[in-house]
Amino acid sequence: MLSAMILLPLALALVVLFLPGDEAAKARTARYIGLGTTLLLFLMGLLLWSRFDTSTAAFQFTERAELFGGLFSWHLGIDGISFVLILLTVFLMPLCILAGWDSVKTRVPEYIAAFLAMEAMTIGVFSSLDLFLFYIFFEAGLIPMYLIIGIWGGKRRIYASYKFFLYTLLGSVLMLLAMLWMVRVAGTTDIPALMAYDFPVKAQTWLWLAFFASFAVKMPMWPVHTWLPDAHVEAPTAGSMILAGVLLKMGGYGLIRFSLPMFPEASVQLMWIVLALSMIAVVYTSLVALVQADMKKLIAYSSVAHMAFVTGGLFAFNTQGVEGAMVVMLSHGVVSAALFFCVGVIYDRLHTREIDRYGGVTTNMPRYAIFFLLFTMASIALPGTSGFVGEFMALTGIWKVNTWVVFVMATGVILGAAYMLWLFARVMYGAQKNADAAAMPDLNKREWAVMLPLAVVALWMGVYPKPFLAPLKAPVASLMARLDRADPPQTQFTPLVASAPVQLAAASAGETK
Amino acid sequence: MMSARCVADMIQAIVFLPLIAFLIAGIGNRAIGNTAAKFVTTGALFISCALSWVIFIGLIGGAPAEDHVVAEWFSSGDLAVNWTLKVDILTGVMLVVITSVSALVHLYSWGYMAEDPDQPRFFAYLSLFTFAMLMLVTADNLVQIFFGWEGVGLASYLLIGFWYKKPSAWAAAIKAFVVNRVGDFGFMLGIFGLFMLFGTVDIDTILQGVPLAKGATFTFLGHQVDAITTIALLLFVGAMGKSAQVPLHTWLPDAMEGPTPVSALIHAATMVTAGVFLVCRMSPLFEASPTASTVVTYVGALTAIFAATVATTQHDIKRVIAYSTCSQLGFMFFAAGVGAYGAAMFHLFTHAFFKALLFLCAGSVIHSMHHEQDMRYYGALRKSIPLTFWAMVIGTIAITGVNYTSGYFSKDSVLFAAWESGTEAGRVAFFTGIFASLLTSFYSWRLIFKTFFGEARWAGSEHIQHAVHDAHGHDDHAHHDDHHHAPATGTAGYHPHESPIVMLIPLVVLSFGALFAGAIFNDWFVGGAEHAFWNGVIVHDGEFFESLHHVPALVHWAPAIVMLIGLTTAWAVYIRNPGFADTFVKQFRQLHAFLYNKWYFDELYRAIFVKPALWLGRFFWKVGDQGTIDRFGPDGLTAVVAHGSVVAKRFQSGLVYSYALVMLIGVAAFATWFMVR
Repeated sequence: MLSAMILLPLALALVVLFLPGDEAAKARTARYIGLGTTLLLFLMGLLLWSRFDTSTAAFQFTERAELFGGLFSWHLGIDGISFVLILLTVFLMPLCILAGWDSVKTRVPEYIAAFLAMEAMTIGVFSSLDLFLFYIFFEAGLIPMYLIIGIWGGKRRIYASYKFFLYTLLGSVLMLLAMLWMVRVAGTTDIPALMAYDFPVKAQTWLWLAFFASFAVKMPMWPVHTWLPDAHVEAPTAGSMILAGVLLKMGGYGLIRFSLPMFPEASVQLMWIVLALSMIAVVYTSLVALVQADMKKLIAYSSVAHMAFVTGGLFAFNTQGVEGAMVVMLSHGVVSAALFFCVGVIYDRLHTREIDRYGGVTTNMPRYAIFFLLFTMASIALPGTSGFVGEFMALTGIWKVNTWVVFVMATGVILGAAYMLWLFARVMYGAQKNADAAAMPDLNKREWAVMLPLAVVALWMGVYPKPFLAPLKAPVASLMARLDRADPPQTQFTPLVASAPVQLAAASAGETK
Repeated sequence: MMSARCVADMIQAIVFLPLIAFLIAGIGNRAIGNTAAKFVTTGALFISCALSWVIFIGLIGGAPAEDHVVAEWFSSGDLAVNWTLKVDILTGVMLVVITSVSALVHLYSWGYMAEDPDQPRFFAYLSLFTFAMLMLVTADNLVQIFFGWEGVGLASYLLIGFWYKKPSAWAAAIKAFVVNRVGDFGFMLGIFGLFMLFGTVDIDTILQGVPLAKGATFTFLGHQVDAITTIALLLFVGAMGKSAQVPLHTWLPDAMEGPTPVSALIHAATMVTAGVFLVCRMSPLFEASPTASTVVTYVGALTAIFAATVATTQHDIKRVIAYSTCSQLGFMFFAAGVGAYGAAMFHLFTHAFFKALLFLCAGSVIHSMHHEQDMRYYGALRKSIPLTFWAMVIGTIAITGVNYTSGYFSKDSVLFAAWESGTEAGRVAFFTGIFASLLTSFYSWRLIFKTFFGEARWAGSEHIQHAVHDAHGHDDHAHHDDHHHAPATGTAGYHPHESPIVMLIPLVVLSFGALFAGAIFNDWFVGGAEHAFWNGVIVHDGEFFESLHHVPALVHWAPAIVMLIGLTTAWAVYIRNPGFADTFVKQFRQLHAFLYNKWYFDELYRAIFVKPALWLGRFFWKVGDQGTIDRFGPDGLTAVVAHGSVVAKRFQSGLVYSYALVMLIGVAAFATWFMVR
């Protein structure tokens, strides 16, 4: 099943590249093949969901074939953590294809092929259980993204993709070196085996830092975030959607799949780096978002702030923190993709991302206004939308580690409201000062078809997130058990209600700041 | 006696009917049209209202408190949060306040918004607000309170910014939301702290555990602090935001940009009282921390006096009432702060009626004066709009506490409680409250006198000029400039009309509430039967309440005396000697400017929060991202590489291939390493 989900889009990507016929016919066929394939994969994702066993932390749907004489293996499998991210991927992909349906007019077959290849690679990243296989998918998945930015991007696309490349290269080289060392010591490329392997504590620090270099860039974390605003600004709408929606999640996935279980001691020792960077990221990027004049840049910076909740939650080392981080990832995947689509909708009409060129758009696009407002609210974590559940859980978890971190990160709640509402107001409210902006027509059927599923999921995850949380419980519990050996600092407390008065003693390492 | 099943059905209907109405009117919007939207939303609210009274009367009659779980919301580890509907007497009081005022405001809006092109959206928002507010008061856990809390914030944002084309409207909407978020920041931290301490967010469990947690400490921001006090104060920060207490009050006056029915419902009767509700809901927690209670008392007292002083100088009729609301909320808080939670809830209850009445009357005045809100252009309106006039007088005698009106009962119990608490904070609150009452009487009668008495000063109003011009056609446009500089007196030929019947019915109903709600409910809330009424839902000290009936004579008569002083002063200044106010302002120009500019809070916040935030944002962006990270990071590398230009060109144009190459090299290295080791 998982192999099929990887190979099918790859095969169809090849088919799309060699379509017969004239330019227009090729474009049309390519689009329909793209949509059909991604929808089929979505159905396969739902099928996975229906057969998924949420009671176990073990990897499911495993497949294994030795390649290159046992050098490494085609080993696939998913647990709840990878499963929900695959579900996110297959959900977003058809919407991305639809989002670029009309606006991309040049080299359409190649464009569709790039998306299909990216979907294959992404599913590969989330499902590979072999270190080597993971590395290939992890790095190869970025090639289609480079192409999407570099070919169908805006004016400064070369600069943007170049920046993207440099950052990623730095991280990848270090991660590769670390992987080589690990395989040499542990004698296996099998991820489940490595997750249970106890590396020497001293070596863990270096390995952790090497992996962190790569994942921090992907997240992205401050201060290696500056490629993201440029990449988003230059990428076409669908590229931004998939970049924010799925590719950024690879960093978080990497941390939860590799850094935490493989190097638990190092994770605990170095947690302060992550928490400090997360705190800086929230305040710093939120303030930067406040002064942006470009819609996409603003949302890109807000992504960095949201991702800081993920890193913060993961390095709280408790159930609420890690599950919260996962929910933030899912929610951000849906909501940021939706916000980039919202920008795309009006960009398609006016061909500018400059906030000041709009104004009073609610008057001529009332339906669009409803969706844009809903996603704005989800982005600023209004309870009842997906954004709230994750951030609330993550912050609850972080509180057990250090209240300063919560205090600083929660200011993001205030700043987030300020920059998002100001953006919304400048675009949607006020007088219609430009005639061309006032003449924009409301959503068409295709745009409805993209908006509606995103809106439904954003609300569903906000009101009844249980189906999305259920698969996470078992793997997170086993991760917690794994982390126990590193004795992460948690403020120990016994619930007062259950027993007699208790002393609330801070654990030795906790709250020492 | 009602069965539990029956109550469960009713409470679900009460809460979810407004939600359904919101969805129908909101999604249907123009497709279903104004009439359908109005009928659906208003109908739903009247049903909710009727059922709420049934439940409330049942509760007074001794029906047990109940808790209905609707569904699971989310859970993680030991954190479990449900969607629940809780019914107890505190909820019951809020239910009748919310649904009654909301139903009347829906009805009133039929007339007030009749000419608006966007009516379905307006009614949808009103219903959405009501739903969120009901979720807030029926919550049995703090996270659901927070849901309602932010939900009403959203509805408030949407309604303040309802006329979104006006820049001042959307600016006010954003300000309201962001300032409230500052409060919510504290509220959230408080919830985390409670969860940390008690391992649950369930309110009943937490409150039962409060005695055990007394004296417990935890580390907060590097300091070992008393857990209960810290948490209570954090929750109170949330309450200050929502209930517009100093220093988080600045959004409320600006919120008057919204249509007037919104001000009546959200910014007077219901949403802004959510903070008081929260403190009462968590009363055992506040009671367990004398420090937190003292802070609540002082903040309430400060707000009561601050807002009252500002209200005396404002010209905008709605802003006067807005500051008045702010001030009255201060009264409720200091009542809660001295431990008289019953009195706080009683004042909340009566205030909802007379303040909603005052706002709706103001709306009726504005409606008849063609959207003019500046009292300098009113005057002599009592003959033109007599019913509004009488309703507003009733509202005024209620708020100033004329004997046997509703304000008399509740405000006196608040003030007596402050006195009888015997604490320093209580005494300060009492004297502040007495002085604020004097000012309340002054500014309330000032409003009446400036609006309904004296000479007509309508000619100076641009709104009236437009109205007259529109009526006369545009042939006399030449006179337009003259009118601008016309003397401030005269009617300009304008004839104000009394509002339509749908607007007058709510005024009449609320007038009855303003007059009699106090007398009817006094016994249950504070006056003898309160022990059975509250039934342990809020902290209640029987002896303390008993002592309210035996305050010293001077204390007993003080509210009535200051009320009369305020009335006479206002009469002397605005009726007897109309020029006096101007002379006074000239004499004390700086004092007047200080009050008129609301103690310069907005200017202060602009200087210390808004401007630095924007400056920092630009600094981080230009100097941090572009000047440092990029310069020494990727751009620097590019520059180095570009030095040997040919390489760079190749690198850039073929970067995908180079990347693939690098990856291949990596893979090869990996394989080699693995094989030779």
